[in-house]
Amino acid sequence: MTDDINKRIMPEREADNRIKDFEEVALGISTEQAVAEAKRCIQCKKPFCVKGCPVEIDIPAFILEIAKGNFDAAAKKLKEKNALPAICGRVCPQEDQCEKVCILGKKGTPIRIGYLERFAADWERTQKTGDQRPETRDRPPDAPKMAVVGSGPAGLTCASELARKGYAVSLFESLHLPGGVLSYGIPEFRLPKEIVRLEVEYIQSLGVDLQLDVLVGKTITIQQLFDEGYKSVFLGAGAGLPRFMRVPGENLKGVYSANEFLVRVNLMKGYKFPEYMTPVKIGKKVAVIGAGNVAMDAARCSLRLGADEVTIVYRRTEKEMPARIEEIERAKEEGIKFVLLNAPTEVFGDENGWVKEMECLKMELGEPDSSGRRRPVPIEGSEYKIQVDTIIVAIGQTPNPLIPHADPRIKTEKWGGVIVDDKGMSSIPGVFSGGDLVRGAATVISAMGDGKQAAIAMDAWVNSPK
Amino acid sequence: MPKLLHKEKLADNITLIKVAAPRIAKNAQPGQFVVLRVSDKGERVPLTIAETDPAKGEVTIIFQKVGATTKVLDTMKVGDELVNLLGPLGAPAHIKKLGTVVVIGGGVGIAEILPAIKAYRAVGNKVITIIGARCTDLLILKDKIEKESDELHIITDDGSCGRKGFVSDILKEMIEGNVKMDLVFAVGPVPMMEVISNITKPLNLKTIVSLNPIMLDATGMCGVCRVIVGGHTKFGCVDGPEFDGHLVDFVDLKNRLSTYKTEEKQAEEHVCKILGVKI
Repeated sequence: MTDDINKRIMPEREADNRIKDFEEVALGISTEQAVAEAKRCIQCKKPFCVKGCPVEIDIPAFILEIAKGNFDAAAKKLKEKNALPAICGRVCPQEDQCEKVCILGKKGTPIRIGYLERFAADWERTQKTGDQRPETRDRPPDAPKMAVVGSGPAGLTCASELARKGYAVSLFESLHLPGGVLSYGIPEFRLPKEIVRLEVEYIQSLGVDLQLDVLVGKTITIQQLFDEGYKSVFLGAGAGLPRFMRVPGENLKGVYSANEFLVRVNLMKGYKFPEYMTPVKIGKKVAVIGAGNVAMDAARCSLRLGADEVTIVYRRTEKEMPARIEEIERAKEEGIKFVLLNAPTEVFGDENGWVKEMECLKMELGEPDSSGRRRPVPIEGSEYKIQVDTIIVAIGQTPNPLIPHADPRIKTEKWGGVIVDDKGMSSIPGVFSGGDLVRGAATVISAMGDGKQAAIAMDAWVNSPK
Repeated sequence: MPKLLHKEKLADNITLIKVAAPRIAKNAQPGQFVVLRVSDKGERVPLTIAETDPAKGEVTIIFQKVGATTKVLDTMKVGDELVNLLGPLGAPAHIKKLGTVVVIGGGVGIAEILPAIKAYRAVGNKVITIIGARCTDLLILKDKIEKESDELHIITDDGSCGRKGFVSDILKEMIEGNVKMDLVFAVGPVPMMEVISNITKPLNLKTIVSLNPIMLDATGMCGVCRVIVGGHTKFGCVDGPEFDGHLVDFVDLKNRLSTYKTEEKQAEEHVCKILGVKI
């Protein structure tokens, strides 16, 4: 294959074609490509890649199965450590994790572990050879009850791990569909919802009891969960609180938080309105504020909804953009414009209260800030206006405050993150937490790692003398 | 899925349903609401909890047929199931003993004041209630509210029941008559809540209003329900729905409520076509 880790070699749909619908962009590698790639793996005795994986997939082992042509066995190997391989194979930033530390990357191209993960998971799903189940302890009739709150990546992983350890697990989700950010946040063209549905179904098949429309803290309190006999609770409610710019005019019609916009598009299928009853309005000229993966998703959705011109407005430069490089590249191919070193200062509306203009201030980069990125410094007097009729604010999310508010025994950081000890336990004994609720907006895989560690700690907690 | 246990037509356009929802019935407090969906392709619609029966595990919802979802909901029969029902949502009302509380309900807002009347009275307040509607046919829950209130004033736009005029007329007269009031609690159409807040503001008479901004997830995740209160952005779904009426930016609220006017009509037409009913 090639020398550049960021060079995409997976076949994908042409930009002109793919922007017309919400179908998946990346198509997956062929069997021949997969086997050839797998054969490049030198099967390190002490593999760095496994250390680079938050859920510690036995990467050399699953790759070896692909190299031998045992694709089902490869899927089974994946599922020993990762209940969501088809999802991770699509949305994990492997270039920053397992692939980053692959020994082959020192002199050439690392193994495309993410591509291979997706290949094995897709093979299992499409060939329908019967799902490859990892070893699971039988559940005794008097199995202790465990509660998992939030069915995003952290909660799904925690629930599946607990079920495999033989617990009776209830998984509570507040929305009407499971998956958390996998359902409401990441668009269909990057992660088909059918795949989310099937991987959640697999976790249910391990014995996890999924209960939708339950908002823990409101529908049932943490104390009531214990009263109902749950022995331990995992909170994986995510980072759902959108950040706004706090500039004048932000409440005008046509200004969305990225969460609102993506919920309308992904969860409510607003692009199929009125067949689906939730509308989503898109203007001709759209500005997306921010440059993370969420911003790229919002920009690319806008294009697919029919916007004429979509612009990412970011206060730093391309180098500091938090989005995955391949997503930035895809956005560019699709015609998304990038206005860098610019920050909005005010939004102006027309006589009917709709957005019509946005004032921006130009920036230059100064000294690095606490994040290690160079701080944007305003250039005085550089204000100018651009014409826009939709603004999507994608400048980050913070941990969902609802559960800590409902139960003040849960201690949080100033910025909202739930405080946990080195085992993932919160300030309430027996209540654990992880994922974005603890970290702030992070990645799918780090949330899964937390869910897994919490399951181990919850198992130990329930069995420890008290 | 939550089953419809009871259905009753209260007025031409207003229906009462009771739904089986034990967890919601157990934990709901005055001021809170639910979100429901009526089909797999349905929107998430917030509706106030009018009453609960924790022992029976029942939740009462009163709704006006004003959009696609409520149109569909109105066609459902006892025994049918809602696709989704989430709650109780929103911050519970702060119910304290203050002295005399004037509770005002306009239109379908009358359904929403019932839990407040009961709660304010239960902690020892004198509750004076004012209810108003366009005409007598739209005046709901009159007897129930009369029973729960210390004093009841009725007013209709056309004078077909009680006096002729608006709820704000009665409030103004009470103020002119030096009736002792410690709190005003108002629920109804936005212009009504605005008028009442404007009347009480110069008197520094604390006024609580229950707002109905557009909602989506209704759990604090999307921010579509943001309202400006005292110059700060608040989320109607988690910080509200009840806010200090003197601090609410009603102009902003009305503007944001009009965002999907065209689409709401479109959705209604679509649904009515499917159901074969008239808009």
